[in-house]
Amino acid sequence: MIETRLGDFEEVILLIVGILGEDAYSFRVAEEFESQTSRSVSIGAVHSTLNRLETKGFLTSKMGKATAERGGRRKRIYTITAYGKRILAASRDFKVSLWSQYPGFAGKLNVAGPDA
Amino acid sequence: MSNAKDTKPPALPQRILLRFLRDDLAEEVSGDLEEKFYSTLKEKSLFQARLNYWYQVIHYLRPFAIRNAWSSNKNSFSMYRSYFKTAYRNMVKNKLHSFINITGLSVGMAVAITIGLWIWDELSYNKDHEHYERIAQVIQNVTNNGEVQTWRSIPYPLAEELRKNYGSDFREVALSTQLFDRLFDAGEKKVNRPGLFAEPSLAQLLSLTMVKGTRDALKDPSSILISFATAKASFGDADPLNQTIKLDDEIALQVGGVYEDIPENSTFAGTAFIAPWQALLNNTDWIRNMHDPWRPNAFVLFVQLADHASFTTASEKIKYAKLNKVNTELAKKKPELFLDPMNRWHLYSEFKDGKNAGGRIRYVWLFGVIGGFVLLMACINFMNLSTARSEKRAKEVGIRRAIGSLRTQLIAQFFSESILMALLALVCSLLLVQLVLPAFNAVADKQMSLLWTSPVFWLLCLGFSLFTGLIAGSYPALYLSSVGSGSALKGVVKAGGAAVIPRKVLVVVQFTVSVVLIIGTSVVFRQVQFAKNRPLGYESSGLLAVPVSYVPEIHKHFDVVKAELEKNEAIVAMAEASAPTTGTWSSSSGFDWEGKDPNLSVDFPVFSISHDYGSTIGWEIAKGRDFSREFLSDSSAVILNEAAVNFMGLQEPVGEILRWNGQAMTIIGVASDMITTSPYDPVKPAVYFLSNGPDNYAILKINPRTSAAVAIARIEETFKKFSGDQPFEYQFIDDSYAKKFGNEERIGTLSTYFAVLAIFISCLGIFGLASFVAEQRTKEIGVRKVLGASIFDLWKMLSGDFVLLVVFSCTIAVPIAYYLLNEWLEGYQYRTGIPLWICVAASLGTLAITLTTVSFHTIQAARMNPVKSLRTE
Repeated sequence: MIETRLGDFEEVILLIVGILGEDAYSFRVAEEFESQTSRSVSIGAVHSTLNRLETKGFLTSKMGKATAERGGRRKRIYTITAYGKRILAASRDFKVSLWSQYPGFAGKLNVAGPDA
Repeated sequence: MSNAKDTKPPALPQRILLRFLRDDLAEEVSGDLEEKFYSTLKEKSLFQARLNYWYQVIHYLRPFAIRNAWSSNKNSFSMYRSYFKTAYRNMVKNKLHSFINITGLSVGMAVAITIGLWIWDELSYNKDHEHYERIAQVIQNVTNNGEVQTWRSIPYPLAEELRKNYGSDFREVALSTQLFDRLFDAGEKKVNRPGLFAEPSLAQLLSLTMVKGTRDALKDPSSILISFATAKASFGDADPLNQTIKLDDEIALQVGGVYEDIPENSTFAGTAFIAPWQALLNNTDWIRNMHDPWRPNAFVLFVQLADHASFTTASEKIKYAKLNKVNTELAKKKPELFLDPMNRWHLYSEFKDGKNAGGRIRYVWLFGVIGGFVLLMACINFMNLSTARSEKRAKEVGIRRAIGSLRTQLIAQFFSESILMALLALVCSLLLVQLVLPAFNAVADKQMSLLWTSPVFWLLCLGFSLFTGLIAGSYPALYLSSVGSGSALKGVVKAGGAAVIPRKVLVVVQFTVSVVLIIGTSVVFRQVQFAKNRPLGYESSGLLAVPVSYVPEIHKHFDVVKAELEKNEAIVAMAEASAPTTGTWSSSSGFDWEGKDPNLSVDFPVFSISHDYGSTIGWEIAKGRDFSREFLSDSSAVILNEAAVNFMGLQEPVGEILRWNGQAMTIIGVASDMITTSPYDPVKPAVYFLSNGPDNYAILKINPRTSAAVAIARIEETFKKFSGDQPFEYQFIDDSYAKKFGNEERIGTLSTYFAVLAIFISCLGIFGLASFVAEQRTKEIGVRKVLGASIFDLWKMLSGDFVLLVVFSCTIAVPIAYYLLNEWLEGYQYRTGIPLWICVAASLGTLAITLTTVSFHTIQAARMNPVKSLRTE
């Protein structure tokens, strides 16, 4: 059975793939993740997640161009599928609906964080 | 960035990565990692970049990325079937070779399994008792003239003393008699059965499993616990509870419980009954009326530790518990008590100078090592032959490679072949063990069986077979499969020196072990023979000892019995004695004589005997005279043995006065030394005196003109006239003396078997190797023959290598055997030496056997028609 729910890390990775667009391959995704979150991550972990997201149908992939700094090897470029986009939207809507039900923060959704 | 070579990603992690990574991911992943490497390099040092590369590689060890080794070959079943088929065909093709291989290995395994079972049995001794880890016997070290002796028996008030003043360390304290045969009368027939008189706590301590009744029944001094076997024998199917049993014709007890038979491998095995100590005390005058109950060490004491106590601390506490109570004369011996834990009773039973000196554990080690070596030898052969043989299969490997066999498949094929052989050998060895186990049990005096139901046993057996198979198959599997198909097809695969030298080492190891075993066996038998040839000091043939302590009627009618037996020619002489000549049953310390060093503490075995004792057993009087009816004063006379005279330092012993507990006794004669205890120990000083009442044994000398069977029938008939329904039992003195050699003879017999098997296995190995060498050098032999070599020359050439190896083994084996056996012989006071000729004979014998074995092949090879041998290939 294919798991279709989206984990926290998976959601972030999926979003980063969306942000990077045509440049979304394991190494770049890992770099982007590190620079956005300042958390370190191994390429293997990112690759494994990308692979899982692909199995779940949120991503598709194809082999892309080769470049010199990778020894002339091609990279695998990941693209979000329509299904993936829908899941991301559903996830955002679900959280917004939770936030709106939370009395302490109702109406303050545009605030960047609780301590701001 | 200065050097382009330096800044490449490290090669090793890259190789590792490609090793485990799925092939379809290889390109993208290595690309990503290389990009990562260069991007790290821009910011950090080369070292850090490399370190990071390692980190990334290790983080690719994820299920999704790892190649799946098993899913690629969907057709593995028919593959394995093909492996087994090839293995089977190969075995059938080389029948002799397979036979040698499997026989050798299965004999080796059978030996190892048998020895393993034996060791397991030895180690599990006494373990059936629930409190095994907490039980100990209280024993003592006493000092006799500077020599520390360890006695397992103690005086009986010690039990009460420990309970009262040291009770906090012990959960149970149980006094008991030693296991003795007692006259057991269950209503119908009187028989002798071994049993104990013990305090009630013994039943708890031994955790007896009750079939009927309770352990507490022992608290009632008028009841008795009997074993299940005894209950069956005495009462059949009837309910044994509350039946009456009479012990020693005087103590009547009711059966209060039936316990399950105590297992064979327990110190208490064979205990037919346990009667209350109180009953013995109530019925035995000499115990109750003892002048000083702390004096005779006639009983044994067992304890179970309290939960907080340990053997060492409790030993330390009770150390002087006896010394504080005994009189000044006995205090000279400085008795020191200590605990001997149950887990050491069986294997560490010997004490020397107050310290534990091992015991049977020696034999556990000895046989363990022998078993290990025999198994090792069998494995060596197996590997040797498999390796040697596999070189012949280079062509097969070549063809397989040429038509597309993968290396892993070749490896799997060779491994499955050798494992198959090893498993076959295991099956054979189990059958073999099953067959020989009854015989082995008889020799080793055991009741062992294969542990069919024990998972550990199976795990060990299978694990070992797999291991041997893997090791034996590793050379062909790993080496041959790596050779290129071209050279393999040409058949030029030759293991170089690297493969020949280990093979030679293995042969040397084998023969060294065999020669050591042969020498060892010969020396063990020599030692037994040496002790057997030791002069006994009396005439043991035709001597019969009949216990008569329960039949005072025999003593009362002694002269009548004797006259009747002499008249019908059953016997030629008859006397009474306190013990058969093969044992000392009592000893005394209360001796004093003129010129005795006041610090000297003595402990002489004493024998009470009747008139004619000397002439019945045929002892020699070295000085003075034997007891005689003509001298009424002989009732206060003693005869010493020569050891006693030497010990006392008497120049003219005859006529001297020996005071025994204050009473003056005249020494009237000196008898030559007689071996009454171990034939390996020096004779102890002994004192013989005339008894004035009935004694324990009647000693009879059978008339040499009458056959033993007839004589015994007549003796029984005559005895029964007076003794009524008392059981008639007897022992031949020479039989019971021969039993003293049982242990050594058993070891001799067992090591003979092992030595024979070791030689057999070694020969199988060398036989196989010789056949292999002869085959390999077929062409060379052909050429040599054409050039004029004689059969003898060729034989010499082919056998020479092996002879050299065996000679080399012998030179290693002789010093090892000498060292080990010297160590073993040290344990005996009276011992033989290790003459050189045994070593020489063993070496020559081995050499002869080797030559015969090897010649079988070498002569055959040498006689071959050169035309034929040159044409081979």
